[in-house]
Amino acid sequence: MSSTHQFGLGLRKPHYGDFLDHETPVAVDFVEVISENFMIDGGKPRDVLRRIRTRHSVALHGVSMSIGSADGLDREYLRRLRALADDVDPLFVSDHLSWSRIEGFNSHDLLPLPYTEEVLGLVCANIHQAQDALARTMLLENPSSYIAFDGDMTEWEFLEAMCARTGCALLLDVNNIFVSATNHGFDALAYLAGVPADRVRQIHLAGHSQGRDLLIDTHDKPVPLSVWSLYETALSHLGPVATMIERDDDIPPLGDLLAELDMARMIAGHGRLELAA
Amino acid sequence: MSLLALQRDFRTWLTTESADVGSRLEPGNASGLSIYLNNYRSSLMACLAESYGTTQAWLGDEAFAAAAANHIDRLQPHSWTLDAYAHDFPVTLAVRYPDDPEIADLARIEMMLGLAFVGPDADPIDPATLADVDWDTAALRFVPTLDMLSVISNAAAIWSAIAAGQAPPSAEILPTPATVAVWRSGLTPCFRTLDGDEHDALTLMVSGMAFGALCGRLVERFGEDAGPAMAGAFLGQWLQDGIIATVVSPASEQ
Repeated sequence: MSSTHQFGLGLRKPHYGDFLDHETPVAVDFVEVISENFMIDGGKPRDVLRRIRTRHSVALHGVSMSIGSADGLDREYLRRLRALADDVDPLFVSDHLSWSRIEGFNSHDLLPLPYTEEVLGLVCANIHQAQDALARTMLLENPSSYIAFDGDMTEWEFLEAMCARTGCALLLDVNNIFVSATNHGFDALAYLAGVPADRVRQIHLAGHSQGRDLLIDTHDKPVPLSVWSLYETALSHLGPVATMIERDDDIPPLGDLLAELDMARMIAGHGRLELAA
Repeated sequence: MSLLALQRDFRTWLTTESADVGSRLEPGNASGLSIYLNNYRSSLMACLAESYGTTQAWLGDEAFAAAAANHIDRLQPHSWTLDAYAHDFPVTLAVRYPDDPEIADLARIEMMLGLAFVGPDADPIDPATLADVDWDTAALRFVPTLDMLSVISNAAAIWSAIAAGQAPPSAEILPTPATVAVWRSGLTPCFRTLDGDEHDALTLMVSGMAFGALCGRLVERFGEDAGPAMAGAFLGQWLQDGIIATVVSPASEQ
């Protein structure tokens, strides 16, 4: 765990050239890649990742572990992720507190879970299996969601219990907190106060869109003021943490994302929001 | 409701849009479920569009979108990798367009190029290292991305024209089925159409036959002069393509 804040970007195809074709490395402390895009045998994606790794620390962020599957984890998936992690020696290995697969069907979406004792037990068993298979501590990311089920606890109470039982850490997605708080009517500040601060290793910052009835976690816009404000509050609860901008659609020039990352640096450094400057 | 029951319901909603199941999961207006349904279908559509750009260019956007929607209706994704969802699309196209076989052929070529793109790494052999090879007993080991498929149309010519930004030729049924060999050279997927004799020869070599035995087969079929010349030409072409990874002798295999 670093003793200072770190700042990074999600590495996406349109920026491969920016990261690899210049003598001076891009001014980030780390990059995050989508694990599944590199859980392949070889070819250009693995070549790009090998060259990136010579310049930057790399965090592996997965979308298909399906840690909340009632029928357990996919062993072949874990084997491939372990091989990739052994090759990359990542800064973090993370995935989402969600599910995507059940009985051979894979939705390829991050589907919501009820926060019940039954689910907590199941998720913790799956995290234990994943951490054993990977020989690493996992980071689990809080999801954005569009349905809230009846449950026994709040999402942040679930996260706290999950971390306590498994020793896993957290990837706190501040945009997801904002989206879910708006959609389900809970207090985002109460969420931040309730999250086990000592387990948070990484933060995601992203943008969202207004759907017909609900906010949608689209990652296709700059980080909005509402999320920057929540980020500032989050940092007041946390120790040193690795912050990154996560942009997956309508991807702008790298300079735009680096400017957003400078905003994160400024907030972390000054402890206050200076958006008017 | 148990988690397993909930997850089964969610799968049913995403794949059938059952109103009964929807109301169990989200009593009320189903606005949240609609977002998940849209995410599910749009990610599969995006996967097919990204995997079959050349096929889409040939079919046109509207027809491609209809075929992709048909594929999503008939086949549920099963693998942890979204890429795998694209692998069965040529079958959907073959069923949907039985009188236009170039469409499924085109998609199969594109699918195999995609597999080669992420296949295992292997360097081709340097021809300069082959001076002392005993070709009577030597066998060839090919790069792991090498694969072959049979086509009945001129899909390879169509693919090449579209990839080069040129007007593609009209679709044609070939007089006899042809073989397309697909592999990756360095980081770039490649393909080449083989005639029947080269296909037979390459198939024998991939199966492990000694090069001398191949020469013998070709002598039997084409005569003392043409047979060895043909074997030499095939070997030279395969070296130029970069599909031979190693040349092994029986001793080196022990």
